[in-house]
Parts: sequence; structure tokens; C-alpha cells
Amino acid sequence: MKARDVLLNPLIGDNPVTRQVLGICSALAITNSLRNALVMGLALTAVLVTANVTISLLRHHLPASVRLLVQMTIIASAVIVADEFLRAYAPEISRTLSVFVGLIVTNCIVLGRTESFALRYNPALAALDGLGNGLGYSLVLVVVAAIRELLGSGSLLGISLLPLVADGGWFQPIALLLLPPSAFFVIAGLIWLVRSWRPEQVERPEVREITLTRMERR
Amino acid sequence: MDVLVPLFFRSVFIDNLALAFFLGMCTFLAVSRRIRTTLGLGAAIIIVLGITVPVNNLIYRFLLKEGALAWAGLPGADFSFLGLITYIGVIAASVQVLEMVLNRWFPALFHALGIFLPLLTVNCAILGAVLFMVQRDYGFAESVVFGIGSGTGWALAVIVLAGLREKLRYADPPDGLRGLGITFIAAGLMSLAFLAMAGVEL
Repeated sequence: MKARDVLLNPLIGDNPVTRQVLGICSALAITNSLRNALVMGLALTAVLVTANVTISLLRHHLPASVRLLVQMTIIASAVIVADEFLRAYAPEISRTLSVFVGLIVTNCIVLGRTESFALRYNPALAALDGLGNGLGYSLVLVVVAAIRELLGSGSLLGISLLPLVADGGWFQPIALLLLPPSAFFVIAGLIWLVRSWRPEQVERPEVREITLTRMERR
Repeated sequence: MDVLVPLFFRSVFIDNLALAFFLGMCTFLAVSRRIRTTLGLGAAIIIVLGITVPVNNLIYRFLLKEGALAWAGLPGADFSFLGLITYIGVIAASVQVLEMVLNRWFPALFHALGIFLPLLTVNCAILGAVLFMVQRDYGFAESVVFGIGSGTGWALAVIVLAGLREKLRYADPPDGLRGLGITFIAAGLMSLAFLAMAGVEL
């Protein structure tokens, strides 16, 4: 298990959102502005690294029967710290993210990584794995948020890039991109893009095509 | 009643947990292949939400909220920072108890729900609904209605999506969209349909 692979694989090849289908809730919900996405990505990465390292340190002392309980407690504690930190230093962002910071507790990426990685490997690798998966998640969030904010309100990080018609410019914002459904479409497009580039990720069809010969057709 | 009935319809259609707030997406996408399984899942989520939201409501209002411990002679105590860890504990415990009760007295229902019950502990729709209840400061009656209503909304969404996916299996999308991609698009279109109800005033 090479450290470099542990860190870099989750970015695109084994991305938690587009490949493993984990942590979709927040990827869809808070991506209408780039700033929210950056903060959320940062919060999740911090929680994931903390939880991964803590659980990896405890891995030889954890009885299997209560391991889920212990993991949930550690994750919840890390999330409480992140939540209180945001409330203290970025109250406005904390308000726009509303319940979604708290929901990192049930974000399947965190439990998925602690369960499948941190319980088996040493703390240093676990930290890298947490960082890699956190960054892979943030990458998707940032790309989706950048598309939605740029085309939906003509700005990035609140700085106007495309002058809006309403302010005398030329860009007519696509309001749909600020609404919830567009997140589904943008992520679907992203998945399509990744899978066209890496065809080995394409899923097998559930129903196989049967070509009828002329005899059978009759 | 003037408040509760509109709240129910609001939480089913307008503030739909799955399609407007994207909660419980992992389960929503993973377990929506067949209508039969989603019926069990939908029932499970309505029961769990109908229990955990009111229970957490009582805990929040009488133990955690700022000044809530006044009855115990601690008017200045504010334990709301312990919220997250308490709610997830309560959810895990009530799912466990529910599982035992169903197993003892309603074995048929227990087997129908199968693996979904324990999985609901880490479903963000449950924790999300609890956090919304805290944020919006619902009373007890409101929290019961909100719990059952949002559970119904989520169940409705997942059953409809399963119906769409059963038909989608015979469609022929581009290779890269097959499976996950096309499901996202179908869910997006459904969300668009639910959005049409956003302006409804009850």
C-alpha cells in the first residue's frame, strides 16, 4: 500500500462521490455557491482526518461488537468541534450551511472510511487516506459549485465575473442552476464526463440486448 | 389544527426531505431499484421518523435547550452543544428498541423491513429531520406531525423513483450515463416536478 496511491487515488479514480456514491446529500445541497462548498469541503476533510487518525490509533483496542458505537461517538465529537468552530469564527456561513455541518455525522464517507480503512492501517496512512478522500469530495463540491454559481448568478465567490443584464451587462443568469434540481443534472454530467474519460467505470447494463435473427422475428 | 394540517402537507410535498433538501440520498439512490423493496423501506422510515423526532423534541426542550434545566434548579445551563451526539445516540437506541419490539410482536413486519431498520441509523434524513425540528423550534404536537409528514414525503419520493427506474432498465442511455448517471437525471426531473409546488401557500 503506497502512501502516494492512498492520497491520490480518491481524487478521480476512486472518487467518493462520483465512483463510490457516498456523501451525496451535502454534495447536492450546499453547492449553490462556491464559498459554501469550500467551507463544507474543508469541514469534512478536517473531520475525516481527525476521525480516521483517532480510530486508527484505537484500532487494536476496539472490540468488534461495539466498534460502530465508538466510531459514531468519535465522529460526532469531531463534528461538534467543527460546528462550534464555524459558529464562532464564520457565523454567517454557519447559518447558510444550516443543518448540513451537523449532518457530517451521518455522511457516509466518514463512517465508510473509518470502517474500511482506519480500522486496518496505521495512523499515518489513515491520515493520508482521510486527506485524500476529503479532497476528492471537496473537488467534486468545488467543481459543481463553480458551475452553478458562475452560470446561476454570474459570479464566483461573490465577485461578479459575467456582467448581468440587470446591471447593464450582457449575461442573462440561468436561475434554474440556483434551484435544487440542477444539482442532480450537474452531478450527472460530471459522472458522464469522468466515465467517458475512464471507460472502465461504466456500469454493466442490467438488461442485456438480444439481437433477434430474421427467423426468430417471424 | 390550523397549523398542523398545513405543516403535514408542507413536509410531504413542498419541503420534501429527499427532493428539496437532498437528505438520505445514499439510501435513496442505492435502494430504489425495485418498488417492492422501497415499500418496506418507506414504512420503516415513516415509523422511525415518527418516533425519533418527537423523542428528540422532548429531550431538546427539557434537557438541552438554554434554560431548559430550570426545573432542576439550573436556569443558566445550556447543553445545546451536546445536541448532535445526543440525537444520534437517541436515534440509534430507538432503532434498536423498535427492532426488538417488532421482532417480538410483529414478526411479519420485522421480516419485511429486514436490513433497512438498522441502516436507518446512519440515514441523514433521520438526523436531518431532527436538526430541522430543533432549528425551527417546533412544539411537541408539531414535531409528531413533522416527523410523520416528512417520513411520508421521503417514502413517496423513493417509491416514485423506484417506479421510474424499473422502466428505465429498458432504456438505452449513453454508456457513461448508464446506472448512476441516468438515475441522477431522473431524480432531478422528479425534483423539478416537486418544485412546482414550492409557491403553494397553505
